[in-house]
Amino acid sequence: MSATCSIPFNGTPEQEKKLNTVIEKYKDVSGSLISVLHEAQEIYGYLPIEVQKMVSEGINVPLAEIYGVVSFYSQFTIKPKGKYKVAVCLGTACYVKGAGEIIDRIKTRLGIEEGDCSADGKFSLDATRCIGACGLAPVVTVNDDVYGRLVPDDIDGILDKYTD
Amino acid sequence: MAVNLKINNIDITVPEGTTVLEAARSINIDIPTLCYLKDVNEIGSCRMCVVEIKGQRALQAACVYPVSEGMEVLTNTKTVRDTRKINLELILSNHERKCLTCIRNQDCELQKLSTDLGVLDIRFDGENSHYEVDMLSSSIVRNPNKCILCRRCISVCKNIQTVSVIDANERGFNTIIGSAFNMPLVDTPCTNCGQCIVVCPVGALHEKDDTDKIWELLADNKKHVLVQTAPAVRVALGEEFGMPIGTRVTGKMVTALKLMGFDGVFDTDTAADFTIMEEGTEFLNRLKSGKNLPLITSCSPGWVKFCEHNFPDFLDNLSTAKSPHQMFGAIMKSYYAEKKGIDPADIAVISVMPCTAKKFESKREELAATGHPDVDAVITTRELGRMIKQAGIDFTKVEDSEFDAPFGEASGAGVIFGATGGVMEAALRTVADILTGEDLQHIDYTAVRGLDGIKEATVEIAGTKVHVAVASGLGNARKLLEKVRSGEQQYHFIEIMGCPGGCITGGGQPIVDAKTMMDIDVKAARAAAIYAEDKSMTYRKSHENPIVKKLYKEYFGKPCGHLSHNLLHTHYVKRENY
Ligand code: SF4
Ligand code: SF4
Ligand code: FES
Repeated sequence: MSATCSIPFNGTPEQEKKLNTVIEKYKDVSGSLISVLHEAQEIYGYLPIEVQKMVSEGINVPLAEIYGVVSFYSQFTIKPKGKYKVAVCLGTACYVKGAGEIIDRIKTRLGIEEGDCSADGKFSLDATRCIGACGLAPVVTVNDDVYGRLVPDDIDGILDKYTD
Repeated sequence: MAVNLKINNIDITVPEGTTVLEAARSINIDIPTLCYLKDVNEIGSCRMCVVEIKGQRALQAACVYPVSEGMEVLTNTKTVRDTRKINLELILSNHERKCLTCIRNQDCELQKLSTDLGVLDIRFDGENSHYEVDMLSSSIVRNPNKCILCRRCISVCKNIQTVSVIDANERGFNTIIGSAFNMPLVDTPCTNCGQCIVVCPVGALHEKDDTDKIWELLADNKKHVLVQTAPAVRVALGEEFGMPIGTRVTGKMVTALKLMGFDGVFDTDTAADFTIMEEGTEFLNRLKSGKNLPLITSCSPGWVKFCEHNFPDFLDNLSTAKSPHQMFGAIMKSYYAEKKGIDPADIAVISVMPCTAKKFESKREELAATGHPDVDAVITTRELGRMIKQAGIDFTKVEDSEFDAPFGEASGAGVIFGATGGVMEAALRTVADILTGEDLQHIDYTAVRGLDGIKEATVEIAGTKVHVAVASGLGNARKLLEKVRSGEQQYHFIEIMGCPGGCITGGGQPIVDAKTMMDIDVKAARAAAIYAEDKSMTYRKSHENPIVKKLYKEYFGKPCGHLSHNLLHTHYVKRENY
């Protein structure tokens, strides 16, 4: 249930400046919380407590309400994404063809759960809904690279490519 | 405008804007509710209150459905009953049903509904949520496994108290009421006011139970255990034993405490008289110097913490006088200990309070004037009720008895601390006598009485116009202070109580169910009892209280003097929000 990630927040002054511009823009617009959060997530890549606090103070909406909204919508994430975003499709076709075992193998290899990011910040893992590549099921994407018709033993080889 | 409608074929006329629920109740037709709580939560989410409305295909939630001309409502058809029952079973299917060991056993709206609707079996036994219970706060325990997602607590915390530390997180089956990042309440700006507890229909929120600690102290022969009771407790404790709201049970309460084995049963009202002496003097000093005005009262620990989080720029305005029960503890461990020849380390001071925030307050490190905590434990009115039952005392039948001397003698001024406006009135009674040098007979300051959330008055004392304001409930406090902050309003003296209505409706008071809340004005009933108690007192002003006179003569010297500064005053800290 704990929502913290082991990677410390390191927002830059530029990011903060951008966020403040967004806050200025929406400050007096009622019902703008979701828009602010969207833009904040674009700036930081995710919405950790530090960012939510800035938004809360900036637009004067309680942190509990902000967290409620962030945790309600699946498009918001409170955990950082890795340099390489690994996504496993868990749509019906992929699932039937063994995506469950694929994701388990990735979890073991990276030592993280779904939605988490590895301690070195390199990999993050997400499960996605059908991405429309059912012909290739089961499918895994790493950033923009697509890998299809996988078996668990393919995983090590794929992840080994992302070393830098 | 009046609206005519039929409910179960009975013709009735009600004012426009009435809900179907209210209309039905006005002719004694009971519609079950669960998420609804008058003036607090009117969101129509649980669907326990569904009714048939002619011309509408779907059943409608009576608690939010407004009446209209010619409407025909049926509240008791088979469809209605079946639907309500299914809705209830669905709620029950994901509820931790450990009624026998629940703090709200027999005082639970869900349990009552289950009986009333005849649920003998739950047809949808499925997966249950399992969450950690948050027990880290010194005042509030949250058990999400019992939560039925009615959101009353959110509404009270957000809309009425404007503290807003709890909200709905996640969604669907995973929905959980909690704080940001589901952090424990201690890590949030929660004020410990306990208003969320008194609105919760089930056992998902309750006070941190400290009754065992007290039984242990009472069993320890080496300890000299003293108890004090706040004014608001005596006008509500009877409710725990089925007595009507607003019954005064002062004498029975004292007897019960004596039977429980306390070594001294004292009155926090006595300490309230000391608070008035200190705070009144502080006010006169500030009035003279013009510094740190308005003076703002500091008896309400929920308010004090709220101020530390949200209005740190007003910390110098807060009275440095400790709240009455803390003063009392400090006096017990100094003067009383000396007089009795008891080592203060062997004295335990227990406070019975209408308040959950007092639990937190008593643990503040700075409130240990003698090197020992002023107060060792705080229990709420509800906890005292439970202890009396555990002790096998037949409360409604015990005889009355008097508080022990000498800290049982109090003035009416000390009594009215329990209702909003009371501290202000008590202070004015004393301040006016000091300023005029007379024994004024006109002492009922009715302008600051009453249940409005914010009250203002200008009182003329010895030719000086004193502008005062009184707020109860933290949302009202926020509103008032924002006006002071912006310069829109100026006052000399402000009383603030954290709970709407003041201590009489504090977070530690007996729980009143939603149905009774619709029928009875709880604040008014308990407040009437407080003012009746005031009228019955021999002394009505704090400075007339003989023990107060004696202590200032023999021990403290004068109010706001050196010794009282050490024992009876405190300071505050700015606190971060998260
Ligand atoms: S105790 Fe008061 S401030 Fe804290 S969560 Fe409950 S209602 Fe909100
Ligand atoms: S904690 Fe109580 S008041 Fe709050 S939503 Fe749950 S059941 Fe309702
Ligand atoms: S919907 Fe009416 S009481 Fe909950």
